[in-house]
Amino acid sequence: MDIRARHAVIRFGFGAKGAQAAPDDPRGWLAAQLAGPDPALARPGASVAEGLRALRQDQAAKTGKLEAARAVLAADAATAIDVLLTTDAPFRERLVWFWANHFTISLRRAQVIGVAHAYVREAIRPHVTGRFSDMLLAVMQHPAMLMYLDNAQSVGPDSPAGRRTRRGLNENLARECLELHTVTPQSGYTQQDVTAFANVLTGWSIRYVEEPVGYMFRPNTHQPGGQMVLGQACGVGESGGVALLGWLARHPATLRHLATKLVRHFVADVPAEADVARITQVLRDTDGDLKAAALAVVDLPGAWVPLTKLRTPMEYMVAVLRALDLPADKRPDLRGAMGGMGQPYMSAPLPNGWGDTAADWAAPEALLRRIDWAYGVTGKVGGAVDAAVVAEQTLGGLLPAAAADSIRRAGDRRTALTLLLTAPEFQRR
Amino acid sequence: MSGTLISRRAALLGLGGAVSLGRASLALAAAATEKRLVVVLLRGALDGLAAVAPYGDPDLAAQRGALAPVGPGQPDGLLDLGGFYGLHPALAGLHGLYQANEALLVHAIAGATRSRSHFEAQDNLEDGGPEHLAGARLTSGWLNRVVGALAGRHAAGNEMAMAVGTALPLLLRGPASVGTWLPATAQHPAPSLYAQIAAMHRADALTGPAVAEGLRDRGFSDAVLAGTEPAKNRYAFAALANSAGKLLADAKGPRIAALEIGGWDTHAAQAPRLAGALRALDGGLLGLKDGLGAAWGQTVVLVLTEFGRTVAINGTGGTDHGTATVAFALGGAVSGGKVRATWPGLAREKLLENRDLAPTADLRSLTKAVLAGHMGLSPAALAQVFPASAEVAAMAGVLRG
Repeated sequence: MDIRARHAVIRFGFGAKGAQAAPDDPRGWLAAQLAGPDPALARPGASVAEGLRALRQDQAAKTGKLEAARAVLAADAATAIDVLLTTDAPFRERLVWFWANHFTISLRRAQVIGVAHAYVREAIRPHVTGRFSDMLLAVMQHPAMLMYLDNAQSVGPDSPAGRRTRRGLNENLARECLELHTVTPQSGYTQQDVTAFANVLTGWSIRYVEEPVGYMFRPNTHQPGGQMVLGQACGVGESGGVALLGWLARHPATLRHLATKLVRHFVADVPAEADVARITQVLRDTDGDLKAAALAVVDLPGAWVPLTKLRTPMEYMVAVLRALDLPADKRPDLRGAMGGMGQPYMSAPLPNGWGDTAADWAAPEALLRRIDWAYGVTGKVGGAVDAAVVAEQTLGGLLPAAAADSIRRAGDRRTALTLLLTAPEFQRR
Repeated sequence: MSGTLISRRAALLGLGGAVSLGRASLALAAAATEKRLVVVLLRGALDGLAAVAPYGDPDLAAQRGALAPVGPGQPDGLLDLGGFYGLHPALAGLHGLYQANEALLVHAIAGATRSRSHFEAQDNLEDGGPEHLAGARLTSGWLNRVVGALAGRHAAGNEMAMAVGTALPLLLRGPASVGTWLPATAQHPAPSLYAQIAAMHRADALTGPAVAEGLRDRGFSDAVLAGTEPAKNRYAFAALANSAGKLLADAKGPRIAALEIGGWDTHAAQAPRLAGALRALDGGLLGLKDGLGAAWGQTVVLVLTEFGRTVAINGTGGTDHGTATVAFALGGAVSGGKVRATWPGLAREKLLENRDLAPTADLRSLTKAVLAGHMGLSPAALAQVFPASAEVAAMAGVLRG
């Protein structure tokens, strides 16, 4: 089998799924995944309204247990994990998780657990092959982000509500949007810009109680008067904020930031300047078309150098379970195990999300955890699986002869499979 | 690690279960009998010529070279078994059982298949199929069919399964209800497997140093990984076997257990590695006996491996995949204190394909003797447990009385 085809599955997806053959035309296979709507949107999932109602129900119960929201989370997480393990559009799924990590929300913030998957369904998935400006707006108006970064309660000091109450500005979302989601500190923004942007975003809030629950703009908490953000004049009202986000989404510093992250994710920990420049150019030329950018990444020569990136724990675990292709009732609990691997499910510690370089994930104990987890998995299935077959299906010629040899010579099936799944090559993509 | 790993409740309910610690693991099944049967699988192929060395065979020393044993009575010498065979010095506990007439050692024995593939041979050892089915494995294990036969005869009922996670060995898989159970504690590979994994990573500039440091941080010195120094969890198998014994001893506990322990695939540096593995096995067998207490008298322990190893030493101080090896039947119900073998000899022309100890006994023959005489299986039930084995008669003189 063509190394290039195998590499495409590993680099842009989560590795081979069971005995599924690698694609004959790798680039065509990747491009086809980005045509049409996200197939995962056909799966069932709670809407943001259902998640907010669950949260409301839990708050009314006053038990502090968030039982309804946790039930929503459990069901949606099971679906999301099933998608990861079974999707035939793994490149698209990688992009979904890439953008969800770019626009991190975290289950560490208990408020968001009922709406976290609705956030990915509603704000991320529809825009993974669309425009960045649309994704940015969808994120900034999604209740999950508005709760996670505290904007729902932010009140313009001079708004009717601000004058009436002692409530005021919360600049958390404004600051993280500038720093992490768009222009980055390289753009040279100041505290004044952050405050002004926070004023712009006042009133971007949530209707919790009355139907329809969901995002709502509250004029009575919106700071009156125009604002200046990074020298850009911004009109009053919700439309002023929408226009400003459109401008930020197209800012050269934003495009360069997105290009750098895409190249770092799919090509190399230290992105080559030429690659970043190329993707920046594509984003500029296409008005931020994320499908065009993704395909431009595929077309970077460096993207075809195998196994240069270390898989994150989640990518590694998904790759292992896809390789074994177990029936749903036989799969180990991925969500539960991710915590022990240092990457608890959808629970990044900070708004900058999970790191995307080897240094973030190659700590000694972290690698031993991978080995131990793989050993536990092979204990469940090792007796029934021929590691040589799985080695051929997953790494093939990418597995060094010495490793293939030790797998062949292993004393029992479990040992053989453990050696394959813990090999350095299996840790990479 | 201690017996508390296995839920007391599971034991009292007579539920089956399986637990796993490193390379050692345990599975249990309930049955309506007072007789106890324990099968210990040695995965990876035990070198029978090192475990029970025929030091009286004139060809042994020349074939074995640096791996030739030291004779009885010398420092680190074999533990004598009556003038021709000697036990490896790491098997002192087993030697004690032998002297108490509670250990029968059967030599030059092999399973139905002549495959030198670990996987095919282990499958065959566990599924109990005849030679012509080796490789096309049966869907159940022979010990599961034993559980089924006992349940049918006693109409035991209430064979609730406890599916909590880990896989059963093929030996116990099948229609008869044998639950699985997994301790909450994490499983860890044995030091030898960590060492293999670390070796795979050694040349990797990123993961190599990290894996090595991670192992050092966890207290695995290079000597531990090389198998020349005991690891802290060395006695995990002994603890597990002891737990199994306690469960089996319980009036309402399970009656059948399968344990397995690896570390036998000694292609290189056999002397230190095998000594460590044998010490672990020896400790486990004693732990099992301790745990069983008075029930030891009603117990047969079968210690089986998928095949033996080459008679000659190889180029890396080890031995490669062979054919015939040794098997043990232990316990108060066993007629022990003897090595039983039709010894084929180690002269070149006596070897199978010029390399392996030639088999003169069939593992199914030994097992059938235990199943018929100890567990009371009928000939019809035996024919189900080991299909197409009419020509393999039960071995005589295995059991006491």
